[in-house]
Amino acid sequence: MTGFVGALVDHTFLQYALLAGLLASIGCGIVGTYVVVTRLGYLAGGIAHTVLGGMGVAYFLDTAPMGGALIAALVAALIIGWVKLRWQQHEDTLIGALWAIGMAVGIIFISRTPGYNIDLMSYLFGNILLVSRQQLWLMAGVDLVIALTVVAFYRQFLAASFDEEFARLRGMHIEFYYLLLLCMLALTVVLLIQVVGLILVIALLTLPAAIAVQYVGSLGRIMILAIALGALFTCAGLGLSYEPDLPAGAMIILVAGISYLLATLSLGLFRQWRIGQRSQT
Amino acid sequence: MKSVVQLHDVSFSYGDRIILDRIDLAIKQSEFLGLVGPNAGGKTTLLKIILGLLVPDSGRVSVMDKSPQEGRSMIGYCPQYASFSREFPISVEDTVLLGRLGSTRAIGGYRRHDWIVAQEVMDAAEISDIKARSLASLSGGQLQRVLIARALACEPKILMLDEPTANIDLRVEEDIFDLLKELNKRMTIIVVSHDIGFISEYVTRVACLNQTLVCHETSALTGKIIEQLYGPHVRMIDHVHEAGSRGV
Repeated sequence: MTGFVGALVDHTFLQYALLAGLLASIGCGIVGTYVVVTRLGYLAGGIAHTVLGGMGVAYFLDTAPMGGALIAALVAALIIGWVKLRWQQHEDTLIGALWAIGMAVGIIFISRTPGYNIDLMSYLFGNILLVSRQQLWLMAGVDLVIALTVVAFYRQFLAASFDEEFARLRGMHIEFYYLLLLCMLALTVVLLIQVVGLILVIALLTLPAAIAVQYVGSLGRIMILAIALGALFTCAGLGLSYEPDLPAGAMIILVAGISYLLATLSLGLFRQWRIGQRSQT
Repeated sequence: MKSVVQLHDVSFSYGDRIILDRIDLAIKQSEFLGLVGPNAGGKTTLLKIILGLLVPDSGRVSVMDKSPQEGRSMIGYCPQYASFSREFPISVEDTVLLGRLGSTRAIGGYRRHDWIVAQEVMDAAEISDIKARSLASLSGGQLQRVLIARALACEPKILMLDEPTANIDLRVEEDIFDLLKELNKRMTIIVVSHDIGFISEYVTRVACLNQTLVCHETSALTGKIIEQLYGPHVRMIDHVHEAGSRGV
């Protein structure tokens, strides 16, 4: 770890990586909270994997893959949201189909790209050490959009995710807020792809919020705690991966996953212990 | 007196199954109407038609002389509490404040007035002392009071409750109905229940719904009417709570 701190001072790419991790934690903590409390994990997975299609097309057309990813993610979010609102009974099958089609399109376009030698692995598992200055600005911009949207519509998102029927009766356009939420989810997924890759996106999106939801009791507090935890996990994962030269994305997820298991387990044990204490007195 | 809710010749069916058959109902201002009937008799469906969540196959519905979609902002609605997750991380106060949506500004936080209204309705529902607690930690009776407070926070002219005491023990049930009786001085109340005997002590009129609808003044409730509604296999049983006996 000390070697990492020393290298951090010397190497710009490490500073960028650390900053990318922190920026990703912000979007991740905010949107992950909604994903956890409304159980949108599967939907988030569908959006994440469809993104590969957009990135593949962008590569084939020789444009910035992040731009392609953004467009693909937003389109996927709107299609999946529409499917969910329109065909609720078959949503899992339809999302599963979109998930696979997105990936297939991506792989086909990448294989057809002239001079095909892109590292597919870096999309699937991320490469935080290659983040550029431009990408950092994009990430900061996306964070800002997400934060402003949530500040403006916090109550509506709360109402829609807590009790949809009641919100509808109060004159809210549930469909609008639902699609807006999915678009924010899509933006967050794109943020995270650079950090941990699309296979591991769901873990970083949900684990910090899933820990936080066990300890605090309102959406706002869960978001703040999830952001802090996300920042901790990305920093720790990056630091631990540096000296032994392990893949940073995988290390971040490992830290997050183990922390989740420990947090859940210790809370369970603590509750049992307290019940035991109470029955003794 | 003025009718606040009017249904004229309303029919509704799911596929081939007729749920409501030519319902006529006029609910007067400051009435306390009990809507009773067997399970799957169409009670919740009727409420959802009044709320404009379902559209009838035929017939006319008006709420405060407007269409249900326009008039429902005047209705405070308490759903059966199975309609959301009790594990959701939200406090009592935040739940009640959600009742202000639609009456307050669209973007940003609540106004001062919203906080004042929320405090007033929490006082009325006697839940001010638990306002910081999470929903998950409440008892069934407390949760029902929270839902009533949320409905009151809409500042409604009509309060509509779907089985408010379904999973609550009898003593708490009486507390809830005493609260409703108090609220009835200020607003019209429509309450759905499967327990005709219990509510007949509180309501001014009973509407019996089983596909078709028949109204009775509470004084006219007899075993024969209950038999017509639920079928001959239901017997009158004396519930022995307190001194009196209650039907069904």
